[in-house]
Amino acid sequence: MLHIVNKSPAERNALESCLRVAQGGAILLIEDGVYAATRGNAAENHLRDALSRFKVYALAPDLEARGMGDRVMEGVATVDYGGFVDLVAEHKNCQSWL
Amino acid sequence: MANIEVNGKSYETDEEGYLVNLAEWNEDVGNYLAQTENVAMTDQHWEVINFLRDYYNEFQIAPAVRVLTKAIGKKLGPEKGTSQYLYDLFPYGPAKQACKIAGLPKPTGCV
Amino acid sequence: MSEGTIKKFMFVNRKAPYGTIYALESLEVVLITAAFDQDVSLVFLDDGVFQLKKGQQTKGIENKNFSPTYRALDGYDIEKLYVEAESLAARGLTEDDLLVDVTVMSRAELGKLMDEMDVVLSF
Repeated sequence: MLHIVNKSPAERNALESCLRVAQGGAILLIEDGVYAATRGNAAENHLRDALSRFKVYALAPDLEARGMGDRVMEGVATVDYGGFVDLVAEHKNCQSWL
Repeated sequence: MANIEVNGKSYETDEEGYLVNLAEWNEDVGNYLAQTENVAMTDQHWEVINFLRDYYNEFQIAPAVRVLTKAIGKKLGPEKGTSQYLYDLFPYGPAKQACKIAGLPKPTGCV
Repeated sequence: MSEGTIKKFMFVNRKAPYGTIYALESLEVVLITAAFDQDVSLVFLDDGVFQLKKGQQTKGIENKNFSPTYRALDGYDIEKLYVEAESLAARGLTEDDLLVDVTVMSRAELGKLMDEMDVVLSF
């Protein structure tokens, strides 16, 4: 399953819930969700621990809009909108953790 | 929404006559918009228009009149940094009228 | 507002830009407030510190990049910008990452400052 998270980890517990409940697959961070994938943020270790269970992606245009394009943590891949579509197509189902 | 036509090309404006897409602006469009405001453009007018466009490019907003006046005084000399000077050039309000001619949106906080 | 009365206004910005409309709305209200010659302070804490992050490029998300507008505040005589140190640290940011000059202060100092305000507007 593809899990999509669009909330900042400092403001909502969407990512936390996702990591707690989801059993594996891929996580795509978009909109304010991309802050979770940046170096030095408080959720960094939490997300790093999840890298063994999930393939984690962050949407590049959302990182760039926020001035965070150059500080993505190791192990997280960036994708553009085309990559977003590919991820949705590749997975048999997806869930948005709103 | 409305449209104006300058040199055979059509430009979209809002209901108050402000250009919708500021990237489309050029001097001919500026002159056309000035005519609709009954402003006869001179070098002094263009100086203010160019200042406004530079200001917008740098800060992404059209300045309030008070801010414009102060900034013009700093850049173009104190004798031009007065509301009298700017109102002489743009009688219906420098912010409102000059912004329109410069192809910028109506200034935030324009009272 | 009666003439000659200057009140202390504080705008508290706690949301990241673009994900919600709060940051932009706050900035617009601040610019309008500037016309009334009040004593205005801006505070950035929690995700609000992201509003001031350097290097925002919004072309890809087709949103207006309003971060350059924070640099115009000085010309509007809005010079009191405060950022909470703990919020920066929790996001891997330092003062050098911010696109305007600010005063970085601790949570405790900020709380004290907040207490001194007449009007606090939260975004």
